[in-house]
Amino acid sequence: MATKTYCWAIIDAMREEMERDESVLLIGEDVAAAGGSFGATRGLLDRFGPMRVRDTPISEEIIVGLGVGAAMTGRRPIVEIMFIDFLGLCLDQIANQAAKTHYIYNGLFKMPLVIRTSSAAEMGIGPHHSQSWEALVGHIPGLKVVMPSTPRDAKGLLKAAIRDDNPVVFIEHIALHRVKEEIEDEEFLIPLGKADVKRVGRHVTVVATGLMVARALAAAETLAREGIEIEVVDPRTISPLDIDTIVESVRKTNRALVVTSSLKQFGLGSEVAAEIQERAFFDLDQPVKRLSPPFTPAPFGRQFDEYLNPSADSIVSAVRELVA
Amino acid sequence: MTQDPLDTYRRMVLIRECEAQLNEAFAKNLFPGYIHSYLGQEACAVGVCDGLADSDVIVSNHRGRGHYLAKGMALRPMMAEMFGKATGVCGGRGGEMHAADPAIGILGGNGIVGGGLPIAAGAALSAQMDGKGAVAVAFFGEGASNNGSFGETMNVAAAWKLPLILVCENNLYAEMTPFEQTVAQPDVALRAQGYGMPGEVVDGNDVIAVRNAAARAIARARSGEGPTLLELKTYRWGGHFEGDPRKYRTRAEEAEWKARCPVARFRDVLLDRHGLDEVNVRKVEEETAAEVAEAITFALESPLPVPETALSKVYAA
Repeated sequence: MATKTYCWAIIDAMREEMERDESVLLIGEDVAAAGGSFGATRGLLDRFGPMRVRDTPISEEIIVGLGVGAAMTGRRPIVEIMFIDFLGLCLDQIANQAAKTHYIYNGLFKMPLVIRTSSAAEMGIGPHHSQSWEALVGHIPGLKVVMPSTPRDAKGLLKAAIRDDNPVVFIEHIALHRVKEEIEDEEFLIPLGKADVKRVGRHVTVVATGLMVARALAAAETLAREGIEIEVVDPRTISPLDIDTIVESVRKTNRALVVTSSLKQFGLGSEVAAEIQERAFFDLDQPVKRLSPPFTPAPFGRQFDEYLNPSADSIVSAVRELVA
Repeated sequence: MTQDPLDTYRRMVLIRECEAQLNEAFAKNLFPGYIHSYLGQEACAVGVCDGLADSDVIVSNHRGRGHYLAKGMALRPMMAEMFGKATGVCGGRGGEMHAADPAIGILGGNGIVGGGLPIAAGAALSAQMDGKGAVAVAFFGEGASNNGSFGETMNVAAAWKLPLILVCENNLYAEMTPFEQTVAQPDVALRAQGYGMPGEVVDGNDVIAVRNAAARAIARARSGEGPTLLELKTYRWGGHFEGDPRKYRTRAEEAEWKARCPVARFRDVLLDRHGLDEVNVRKVEEETAAEVAEAITFALESPLPVPETALSKVYAA
């Protein structure tokens, strides 16, 4: 066992997979010489050389397109789009090309492409660096969407994503990069599409993603002191969504709260809530509750971040309402 | 790759017949969608693909049948794909703008103007990493040259010396808008210099000129010197799609370009310079026309894919 940050878990995952499989390559802005804008590609250029670890110009469409074309011709590229907000510059390559190629050509091509990107929601960087677009990419058939909340999950999921024959949008949260966790030295993979119950409880199921998982766990401590035991379920993969694990939990607790950074309107919470009511309506004692930012851009400033986003306190309040 | 002029001619006629007979099927209401005709541009695809091996790859666009046939896609499954039939090369789900055959380096068409350029660069990156001298070709129109993907692809291809040939078929009309109305400088090839690669304007209706220019670009790419932009000046005989009333240009202009027919032009070369017998050339034309007619019959008689198959293969297993 060794203590690893989320950031080093990401680096370890890429290094292990690049060592294991020569077809894996890494391209993106500042990923080579600079070691990543957030330090998440440190050491990879030195280890694997400039043929497999490449700095690109600030040209998001070609970054993803290089990955699509390389994936169609036998490689397993990892491409980095620095912030998820920049997906607007390369959405054609992601949504029309990467996501649909296997389907359009009836399986003639595989698309083993990982698009690593970051969310910096609530980090005070303003409206073009603070969005949570997991629901947007989750709406595109053919893509898998992964959103790890812990270092161990980040490592196991990234390794699985690199080995997957489908395009995977892998969303890291910058605020999680410094989070530490004990990780085993032995190799492990975490399958895509499997939720994880982060805390077992019996009164309310709290489905939380990304940055919200730690807040749900903090809320759980407060609520436990009041005798309310919440079960915290982290889907980890947004698409395909492991709705079975969520519904199984709701059948036990009969109450559900969904907490996301994804906006409330047309958001991830809407999808989870709809699935729960379709599959487990008669198990519910209360309507499913959503806790998500309101339908607005994210202005610059911590005071706005705190005002707009769910917190441990607001999770506690929402759970209290559900059990009242 | 071919050195046989009659084989080059056969492929030009194959494309010509395919496009002409598809238009007839469309006129009889037998075609289930839009046709983006390649009529008039035959020398472009054939001249470029004559210099390519199966291990070289091409990325096509929405006007792709010429590219597919020039690169060697089997006629019947290609035709069935155009009609959306289960016997098509993609099981009928790709349709008129999408066909592929990775075994011979055809990486597909595209419904997005400019969408294929970055993909071709990615294929060229793979070829560069493999180090076996293979090249990638991006076919696109002059319309796509005004898409952001063109600039991003040009820059990275030049900066990384990718073995990529960017083939711009300038047929003068970006959908329904004359290209010259959308640019201050109508030679796409001139942009190459700004990105640090050679660019060349070529008569796109002269298959020999195209072939020679492509051969230079391919040799440059194979030897690791990097990409080339070829601008093939040509003309789209039909509209953007079949049925387009073509109000944006005159019938006189169309007649002028049809007089420069690339197929007839190369036929004259075969007879005059290569001394081929008229009878042999006509035999190729008749055989090819019959082959295309048979492929269309095959497509028409083939079954449609079962609707439930729409749910399959969203993901690779």
